[in-house]
Amino acid sequence: MCDQTFLAITFGPCDSCSENRPLMNLYIKTEPINYCSLCMEIMACQGLASGETLKSLKAESETLRKKLEEERKKLHDVELEKVAEKAEALGELNMKTRRTLKGHGNKVLCMDWCKDKRRIVSSSQDGKVIVWDAFTTNKEHAVTMPTTWVMACAYAPSGCAIACGGLDNKCSVYPLSLDKDENLAAKKKSVAMHTNYLSGCTFTNSDMQILTSSGDGTSALWDVESGQLLQSFHGHSADVLTLDLAPSETGNTFVSGGSDKKANVWDLRSGQNVQSFDTHDSDINCVKYYPSGDAFASASDDSTCRLFDLRADREVSIYSKDSIMFGAASVDFSLSGRLLFAGYNDYTINVWDVLKGTRVAILFGHENRVSSLRVSPDGTAFCSGSWDNTLRVRQEGRGVGRELKQGGTTLYG
Amino acid sequence: MTINTLTKGGAQREQMYCLRKMERVIVAMQDPDMGMKMRNQRLLITVIPHAMTGNDVIEWLIQKYNITEEEARHLGGLLVQYGYIYPLREPRSLLLRSDDSPYRFQTPYFWTSSRWPATELDYAIYLAKKNIRKQGELVDYEKENYSILHKRINHTWDFVVMQAREQLRASKQRRKADRIVLECQEQAYWLINKPCPGAFDVLDLGPERCNVLSSRVALNADHYRREIEHSRRALGRNRVKSSICLESFMKYSEQYLHHDPIMSGCLPSNPWISDDTSHWTINTDMVGIPTRLRVERWSFSFMELLNDSMGRREFMIYLEKEFSAENLCFWVACEDLRHGESSKIILKVEEVYKNFLAPGAARWVNIDSKTMERTLEGIKRPHRFIMDDAQMHIYFLMKKDSYPRYLKSELYKNMLAKAIVPQETKKSVFPFMRRQRHSSPSPAMVTQATEDDGKAKGAGPTGTSSTTNSQI
Repeated sequence: MCDQTFLAITFGPCDSCSENRPLMNLYIKTEPINYCSLCMEIMACQGLASGETLKSLKAESETLRKKLEEERKKLHDVELEKVAEKAEALGELNMKTRRTLKGHGNKVLCMDWCKDKRRIVSSSQDGKVIVWDAFTTNKEHAVTMPTTWVMACAYAPSGCAIACGGLDNKCSVYPLSLDKDENLAAKKKSVAMHTNYLSGCTFTNSDMQILTSSGDGTSALWDVESGQLLQSFHGHSADVLTLDLAPSETGNTFVSGGSDKKANVWDLRSGQNVQSFDTHDSDINCVKYYPSGDAFASASDDSTCRLFDLRADREVSIYSKDSIMFGAASVDFSLSGRLLFAGYNDYTINVWDVLKGTRVAILFGHENRVSSLRVSPDGTAFCSGSWDNTLRVRQEGRGVGRELKQGGTTLYG
Repeated sequence: MTINTLTKGGAQREQMYCLRKMERVIVAMQDPDMGMKMRNQRLLITVIPHAMTGNDVIEWLIQKYNITEEEARHLGGLLVQYGYIYPLREPRSLLLRSDDSPYRFQTPYFWTSSRWPATELDYAIYLAKKNIRKQGELVDYEKENYSILHKRINHTWDFVVMQAREQLRASKQRRKADRIVLECQEQAYWLINKPCPGAFDVLDLGPERCNVLSSRVALNADHYRREIEHSRRALGRNRVKSSICLESFMKYSEQYLHHDPIMSGCLPSNPWISDDTSHWTINTDMVGIPTRLRVERWSFSFMELLNDSMGRREFMIYLEKEFSAENLCFWVACEDLRHGESSKIILKVEEVYKNFLAPGAARWVNIDSKTMERTLEGIKRPHRFIMDDAQMHIYFLMKKDSYPRYLKSELYKNMLAKAIVPQETKKSVFPFMRRQRHSSPSPAMVTQATEDDGKAKGAGPTGTSSTTNSQI
C-alpha cells in the first residue's frame, strides 16, 4: 500500500477494470493509459509463455549480453594505440579561419556541403535556410521555413535541390531555382512526415530518396517524387538525433545515434537493425562513417568521441580529455581518415589523431556552441556552424604568407 | 513492470552533466592541499577574504590539466560564465581577466545546478529587496521584469514584500564584509539566471529532447524478447580480429595521406587559402588531362574507379576493347534503378530485362544460373531492389577480373604517364593584393543546360543519371 500512495498521481476509475483505485498514469506507444496497479501487473505479464516469468526473460537477456561481451573480447587482441605506434606523429596543425559567413540572424543549427566543393546550405533557429557560395561568401538562395529550429538540412547530390526540416516534424525539399526572382517557397515539396521533430536528413545516392531521423525514435526512407514511405527503422527507445549513410561498395547500410545512448546500424533494404553499440554514457549527438566505411565515429554529451569498428563489432578508441567537460555536438573525418574534427558545446573545435588517440589541436573563434561541422567533399577545408550565428570555413595555415580575414559580404538582394 | 520517468527534460539533463564536471573542478580548486592559494582582497574600503586573482585561476588550470594558456583562459572564462566564479570588480561583466582582478567562488547554495530553473518567486523577492534597499537601483530590464512579475504573481505580492523586508533586516545584523559577500553572490546568481536581454544567455538550451512519452520504455516481456533475439543474432555474426581491423585503418590513412589536402596540402594551391580555383578546375569531371593523384586513386579500390566519372569512362573504353562492356552498362542501369524515381521502376526493370537478361539480348550479361533464375522470378513482381543479386554478381566479377587487368593494361599506364602534376604556386610577391574571387555557375544551372541539350538515354558510356552531375 505504501508504494502505491507514493507513485499514484491520480485516483479514479481504472481504464481496464473500471474500479475506483489509485491510478498509475503511463503511456503505451504514445497513448495515455490510466491503469490501477493490479491491472498493470496483469498487462506486464501478458505474452509470457508458460514457465516463463518476467524475471527469467530478464535473466536470459542478461546472460546473452554477457556472452556477447565475452565473444567480442576474445577477438580483441590488440589496442589501436599499440598498432598506431609505428604511424608517423603529426606535426603541429595550424588551422585558420578562411571565410566567415555572416547573415543568419539566429543560431546556425545545421549545414551541408554541395558536391561542387564550394557551396554550402545552412539552417538556423529562426527558420531561415540559406545557400551560400562559401568561396565568394555570397548568398545565393534563401528560404524562410514556416517553422523555427530547423535542425536538419542537406544538399542534393546533383546540387539542384535542398532538403530541410525541424520542429514542423516534416522534411521538405526545395528545388533550387535559377531565377532569382522566383519564390523558392512556392515549389516546396513535403516529403517526410514524422510524429516529432526532425533531427537529421540526408539524400541517398541520388536526388530521389531521402533518409530522415526524428525525435519520435524512428528513422525512415522516403521517395521524394511521391512522398511515399519506402522503409522505416524502429529500434531506438528514445529520440534519434543523427544519422549517416555508409560509403561502402554495396551502399546498403546507415548508422543512427540517439538519446538512448545507442548507435545502431541498419540495413536499408530490410529495415533490420544489424548491429548495435551502447558504450556511450549519454546522448549521441552525431555519427559519421570513417571514409572506408569499416568504422564510424560518434560524438556524445558525455564529452567524448568514440570510434567503433564494424567488423570487430566493438568500440576501438575513445577521444577524451579531462579539460573537456562539455558535450561534443558534431564530428567529421578528414579525407584520409587520419584526423577527426569535433565541435563542442564549449565553443571550441578539437582535432584528434584518429590512430594515436591524442589531441592534435584546439581551435577557438566561435562565441557560442559549435552545432555542426563538416569537411568539404574533396577535403580541402572544413566548415563549422555555431550558435553565434556564423559559419567558419577553416584550412591549414602551413606555408602561406598571406592571411585573409574577411567580413561577411552579402550580395544577396 | 517498471516505468521510467525522467524528472528533468533531456536538454537540461545534458547540461547537468557539464555542470557537475565543472563543479568537480571548482571543488578541486578549493582543495586545501592541491587547490589555489587564496588571499584577502581589498574592495574599496572593505577587505574580502578568500578571493583570488584571474591570473591564479589560469595558472592553476594550466598546471592541473597540462593545457596551453589560451585553453586555460577559455576554460576559466566558462567557469565565470556559468557562475561558479564571480568577479568582484565590475560584477556585470562576466569575463575572466588574466590580471590581478579579484574573483571569488560562488557558494554551493547559488550553484546553477542546485537551483535550476530559477523560480519566479525568488526573483521577485530579489528585485523587491533591491528596490527597497535603494530606490532607482534597478536597471531598466530589471524594472520591466519587476512590473511583469508584479502583474503575474500579484496574489503572493504581500508575501514577496514581507520576505524581502525580512531578508534585508536579517542582513543588516551581519558584519559588513559578510553582507557585501552575500549581496555579491546573490547578484552574480541572478546575472546568470536572468541575464539582460540581448546579453549572452549561457543557460540557453536547445529544443526539448527525450520527450517524456518516447523515453518511457515498457520493460515487459516483448522488450526482453526483442533484446534476446537481438543478442542471439549478434552472437551469430562473424567478427574479425582487432589486429586485422586496426591494421586496415593504418593502411588506409597511409594510402590516402597524399590525397588529403589538410594533411599534405594540395597542388597548385588550396583554393581557400590562395583564392585561386585552379585546383578545382584541373579536377573537373570532363577535363582533358587528369592529375596524377586522381589517376593513382583509381588503383586504390574498384569503388574509387567507379565513383570518378572519368575513371568510369576510361574503364568502359577498356571493357569495350575486351568485349565485356555490357557488364558495366548493366551495373550502371541497376544503379539507376535502385536510386531512381519510384514511378519509373517498372519501366526500368523492363528495359534492363530487354537489354541484358532476356535470352538473345543485345548486351546479354553472363550471370550464374541460380542468380538468373531468381532474378527472372523476381521480375514478375518488380521492385527497386530486384536486381541486387545480379548486380552484385556482376560487380564482383568486374572487381575480381576486369579491374585488376585494367590496372595492368597499357590504357591505364598511358593515362598515368600522361597525367599532370601541377606546379605549386609561388607565393605572391605582393602579399597585400587580394585576388579576385570568381563565382562559379550553380550546379542547378549546369544540369539544366545538359538536360536542354537532350537527355542521354539508358546506360551509355557517359550515362548522365541524376547522380553523376557536372562538378564545378
